[in-house]
This record gives sequence, structure tokens and C-alpha cells, in this order.
Amino acid sequence: MTHLVQSLGAFALSQLAYLGRLGLFFVFVIRGIIRPPTKFMAVVKQIHFIGTKSFFVIGFTAAFTGMVLGLQGYYTLAKFGSEGLLGSGVALSLIRELGPVLSALMVTGRAGSAMCAEIGIMRIDDQIDALECMAIDPFAYLITPKLLASLICLPLLTAFCDVVGIYGGYVIGVDLLGVSPGAYLDGVEHSVVWKDVTMGIVKSLCFAVIMIWICTYKGFYAGIDAGSFGPEEVSQATTDAVVLSSVSILAGDYVVTSILL
Amino acid sequence: MIRKDKSENMRHSNLIEICDLNSHYASRQVLFDIRFGIPHRQITVIMGMSGCGKTTLLRHLIGLKRTSPGEILVEGQDLGGFDEDGMQAYRRRIGVLFQSGALFNSMTVEENIAVPLKVHTRLSHETIQIMALIKLNFLGLAEFGGFMPSQLSGGMRKRAALARALAMDPEILFVDEPSSGLDPITAAGLDLLLLELRDTLGMTIIVVTHELESAFRISDLLVVMDRGRILAVGSPDEIQKSEDVRVKQFLRREADTVEADTADYLSRLMGKGIVRSEQ
Repeated sequence: MTHLVQSLGAFALSQLAYLGRLGLFFVFVIRGIIRPPTKFMAVVKQIHFIGTKSFFVIGFTAAFTGMVLGLQGYYTLAKFGSEGLLGSGVALSLIRELGPVLSALMVTGRAGSAMCAEIGIMRIDDQIDALECMAIDPFAYLITPKLLASLICLPLLTAFCDVVGIYGGYVIGVDLLGVSPGAYLDGVEHSVVWKDVTMGIVKSLCFAVIMIWICTYKGFYAGIDAGSFGPEEVSQATTDAVVLSSVSILAGDYVVTSILL
Repeated sequence: MIRKDKSENMRHSNLIEICDLNSHYASRQVLFDIRFGIPHRQITVIMGMSGCGKTTLLRHLIGLKRTSPGEILVEGQDLGGFDEDGMQAYRRRIGVLFQSGALFNSMTVEENIAVPLKVHTRLSHETIQIMALIKLNFLGLAEFGGFMPSQLSGGMRKRAALARALAMDPEILFVDEPSSGLDPITAAGLDLLLLELRDTLGMTIIVVTHELESAFRISDLLVVMDRGRILAVGSPDEIQKSEDVRVKQFLRREADTVEADTADYLSRLMGKGIVRSEQ
């Protein structure tokens, strides 16, 4: 019994320490926005890495998602004779939900994992210690530019995802299945209101924070729980980062939707 | 312990004074009552076997590990009592050469050297380039500024890392295992560089190593550690003449014999006799 209580206590304390570290990590990253060094070029570099390099991946994902939505939506709506609503269905699905979520998941898989591995390798190779010894704030130098770049890139990638997805639905619905182009575009124009767009933007901003927070945290503290710092810890941290970020993005999606609806 | 009685007299002439420092990793104690002084403008070599706590001590000295009983006094001020600004100010006075070099892999050698200059100065890009080139030239790497760290040999990487550590012209230089993984000629070259830095720039240098030749070649003060404790502190001559059994063993490069308990255990396990430690 005593052993059980001890184990529970130790577990609770370790979780508390973990949450404390996670919270402080975020505070230090935010503090880095106003602390030197200046980050303009670092942010531009990260925009290229997170945004530009994710462009095609998001484009392909969005195109095929829009096409599937067009296909599925058409046959479902056809049962009720409402094929004309296909544009509304595809656009609302993408702008409210799928655009922000898919963009965030794809960026997490492509850039989040790479960021985690990069920072993890810097940790095990003493590069983060080297930064500290040069009196350089590693949070401001390494993490903050990634956060700022993600906050810029993810809403833009989401918008790109929405547009490509809607066009993918158009290609299937209109060009392949014979829905009237006017009905499709009219459905898009009249069903999507500004609130839907802002919801998508707010979601993408939240997902950017979640992705950077978790992925960089996991890299920064790779191996700290195990007390050893090696390649195995970096690979484990990368896996954890992608899984936890993805789950958190989906959970965050529900929370943000329930607040904004 | 050699010089123990002189420690109070040295107190004021030393740049850094380590007083009864203890250190732990989780519940395991790795440093026990460490006490010695690091003099100004000299090379202090901390040596000992692998795992004796040298690098942990170095991490305390550069402020990467802070929570331990004991004090590290830098010009009389406790390093553990520094607030964030105080620690930043201290770190601007130091340069650190890590065992692995710790060069940023995504940057060229020149960009690596420029990092602290870009962050801490308002110098123009051209001036920073010139300063980086001066450091590279000093270390014989002038032609390799545009190379990535992965394109350099082990010795060149060490020298490039040293160039970065010297970028801000530090007052104190900490060097962790400068000779590890290097051939004897390259290692000797690095030693000569350290001597040159002391002689020409008056730098205070603290070197952590287990290489005897290197330690005796460069040191003004030698600190011998064993299992987290200080065995001896003194000049190279004093250490050579030390009567301490473990110091002698270390200097003669003699392996530890198998301890009695371990020998018994192994004997039982293998069913035959095994070498026993000297009683």
C-alpha cells in the first residue's frame, strides 16, 4: 500500500514537473519575441522552411481532399436531389474544419518533426549549451523565430488549402459529375460567411502555437526524463512530438470549434 | 593534499575560487567538497580518469549546472547567486570549447564564428566577416571559412570551435578535453595554441583533460581528481613528486585491480580463480 502511494506520488510529481517545464518553456519562447537577437532574417529563413517547402504537400493534400469531398458529397446529396448544394458542403467543410486541421497536420509531419529532430540533435551535441555559454538566449535564438514563422505561415497555408480544396471539389463535381458550375460557385459564395473564415484563421493560429510548442519542447528537452542524451532519445522525442502534436491539434480543434460556434 | 595550507593565501590572487563544492545527479553524488583556486592569466588543468567528475566541475564553472551546495567565487562574487543578467555578464567574459566542438551544423565555419558577434555587437556585416577571418587566420583555418563543419577533420573542427570560443575575446577560456579524438601531432598543435593564448593575450585558461602529456605540457597549475574528489593540487613538478598512491597510479597509467568483492563474485560465477586486488 505504501509502495503504491509512493509510486502515485512520484508519478504526480514528475507530471507536475513536466507541466511546469512545459509552461516555463512557453513563457521563455514568448519572452524571446521582445529579447535580442533581432529575428528578421531567422524568421524569413523559417518561413521558407515551414511555409514555402510545405506548399506542394499541402496543395496535393488539399486537392485530393476536395476531390473526395466532391465525390462523396455529390452521391450523398444526389439521394435528396440537392446536388446544387455541393459547393456549400465542400467549401464549409474545408474552410471551417479540414483546411486548418489538414494544414496543421501536414506541417507537423513535415516541418514539426524536422524541427524537433534538429533541436534534439543540438541538445545532444552540446550546441544548446554552447549558445548559453555565448550568453545567447536559446529560446529567443532557436524557438521564437519558428513560432513567429508558423504564426505567419499556417493561416496562409490554410487559405491556400481551402482554395485548392474547393477547386478540387469543383473539378469532380462540375467537370466530372455534371453539377452546374453556377450552382457550385453560388453555393460557395452564399454559404461561406466571414465568421467561417475567421474561425479557420483562429484555428490555424492556435494549431501553429500547439505544433511549435510541443515539437520544439520535445526536441529541447530530448532525453531529460530518461537522463541520457543520445540518438535514441532524439528519435523517441521526434515520434512523441508528432503523435502528441497531432492529437493535441485534433483535441484543440474541438475546443476552438465549441468556443467559436 | 599539496598546497592545502596555502589556499587561504591564494584566495585573493585567484580569479575563481571553488569552495566546498558538492554536486549531484538525481540522488547520486558526483563531486565531494571540491576546493581549489584558479589563478589569473595561467593555465589550470583539471585532470583525472574518465568519470571522475571533471566535466561536471566544468559545467559548474561555466554556469550550466547551478544547484549544488558549495560556492564558486568569481572575483569574490558567488556564481550561484548571480541573477540572469549577472550570469549573462559572466558568460560574456568566458569562452567555452566543448569536447564535441558543438559547432552549429547548419552554418559554415565563418557563420559559426559570427554568431556571438552578431548577437552581442552592432558591428556591420563586413566588419564581422573580417573579425571572423582574423580568428580563422589565427587558428590556421583562413581557407576553410566557407566550409560546413561536417566537411572538416576532427582537429580542424576543434580549431574552428576554438575560433568561435575566442570570437568575443574572452577573458577566461574553458576547454573540455582538447586532445580527445585527435592524433598526437594535432593535439600538440592545439596545446601550443593554448600556450600562445596565455602568453600573448594573458588569458586565464581552464582545461579539462585525461591526457597526461598534454596536461604536463601546458599547465601552470594541475588539479588531479579521482572519484569526485580532489587528490592533489599543485604545479606540474609538485604533482610529479606527489606521494599520493592514486596520483602515482594515475601518473604511471596503472589499471585498477579488481576489487575483492568483485573478484569473489566473478570467481563464483566462472568457477575459477581471478586476480585479486592488493590488500
